[in-house]
This record gives sequence, C-alpha cells and structure tokens, in this order.
Amino acid sequence: MSALLSSELLANIGRCSEPRQELVARREIRKYSIATSQRQRRFLDGDEAPPMFHVALFWDVVELDQLTTDGVSIDGLLPKFPLERAMAGGLKIEYHQPIMAGDLLTATRTLTDIYEKQGSQGPLIFYEVVMEVVNESGEPVLTEKTTRILR
Amino acid sequence: MATTRFASIKVGDVLPERSFTPNNVQLMMYNAALWNAHRIHFDHPYATGVEGYPGLVIAGPLLGDWLNQCVVDWVGDDGVLAAIEYSNRKASYIDETLRSGGRVLALRPELGEVELEVSIRNEADEVIVPGIAIARFHQVNSS
Repeated sequence: MSALLSSELLANIGRCSEPRQELVARREIRKYSIATSQRQRRFLDGDEAPPMFHVALFWDVVELDQLTTDGVSIDGLLPKFPLERAMAGGLKIEYHQPIMAGDLLTATRTLTDIYEKQGSQGPLIFYEVVMEVVNESGEPVLTEKTTRILR
Repeated sequence: MATTRFASIKVGDVLPERSFTPNNVQLMMYNAALWNAHRIHFDHPYATGVEGYPGLVIAGPLLGDWLNQCVVDWVGDDGVLAAIEYSNRKASYIDETLRSGGRVLALRPELGEVELEVSIRNEADEVIVPGIAIARFHQVNSS
C-alpha cells in the first residue's frame, strides 16, 4: 500500500486532456530552429520542423493572470500531489513521420501513471504523461512520454 | 538491404562532438518560441535570490533538443531519427559551455537501425543529460 498516494489520487490515472489542434506555421519553425541553433537548412528555412518542435507547438498558451508568481502555467491534466517540488524529468519520443510547414496537427495528452518510490532522502512521486500527435488524416506523427519526479 | 552508409557504421563509432555556450539572448528566444514564462530562465534576481540557483537556468528541453540534433546532424540525409529517450539529471546555467556527443551501441541490420548512446556534458565533464536514440537509415530497394 502506498503511503503518499490515496486511491482518490490514483483514480486520476487514465485522465485525458481535450484534443488540441495547431497549424504548423513556417515562421514558428524558423524561430524555433534559430533559437535552438539548428544546422540543417530545411529546418532554418522553415520547410520542415526539427525534432522537438512539437514541444513548442503544444506548449500551453495561457493568459497572464493564469501564470503563478514564478511564471509557470498550471497543468490542468494533473491532480494536486502531496509532494510539489519538481526534480529532474525525462522524455521518450517516437517519431513516426516528419512535421512539415502547413500541417494541421492534433495532440491528446493522457495521465498514464502515478507511482511512488523511496529515494535516498525520502519518498518520491513519479507521474507519466503520454502525448499522441496525429495529422489531419489521423496518422500518427509522434508519441511522447514525459516522466516527472516530485519530492 | 541497407544503404552503403549503414554498412560503414560500426559499434563504438563516435558521433561528432559539438559545443554550445547558450547566452541570455538565445535562452530568451527559446523560451519565447515556446511561450514559457518560467522566471528561472530570465529573471536573475528571482532565480538566484528566491530559488537559490547560481544563475539563469538553461531550459531542460533545449538541452534535449541538442541531443536530438546530435543524431540528426550525424544521420544527415541518409535516414531519420526514429526515437530518443533522455533525462535531465543536472541543471546548467547561462554562459556554461556544454558539449553534445554520442557513440554507436548496437546495429540492427534487418531494420537498418542504429542504437546510439548520446549525452550532454558540462565543463566539469559530467554527463548532465544522458540519452539513448535510434537512428533508422533508408533502405535501398534491391529488386
């Protein structure tokens, strides 16, 4: 039995966000490519988006009064956890096809797991969020799994 | 059948290293491209005084992007980055010089795939972002 994770909290596993649709603009690809020091011409020119561009494309766009004092937006998919200090996180991405300028993409995020581990300095809470991105024909574009650790 | 490029790759091959010295202009542009307003990336008094960091913190996914690029630039036009997995283990700060690099761990000729170990190291030569990636090389049609 988990010490920190109540059954109410664990009941959030499987929760899904509303699908978000975004149009891939050449200008946004160019800005992202320049900011990340890309070297491939097709990325810098904005024809094709480099890997990881989806992080920018689907970053939550919130209004100023929705930001906390440290400038972070609240992730509505997540429940309130008994531990709140975020530690290192990890990402696992499978790329199924490239993202091109003009693509209309849809992302759906699911809270797929919450679990607890004993760290050397106390308990840790892990949670996983999977984001599936598909194109207009419903074909998979990429799958991203984020794991975050709270202490 | 795999490409001639794939046939030339061996376990232990080293990917070219690249160094990055992100300054606050680049960090500002990156977070603006995301719409990320987290103060630890641009508000120096907040990052140091309130959060106790030694400086402005480089955004974790920017380091992740450089791992992706390490593979993409090595593969070139001969294939694609099929998958990558990494974790941000240690923070880094404005004006530190970081290095990306990697090496070939395994070959899967039947799939034209190469498994790679990739990393970002800091000036102390600590691996701050370890990762594993799969590059898939285009198949040559033998028919």
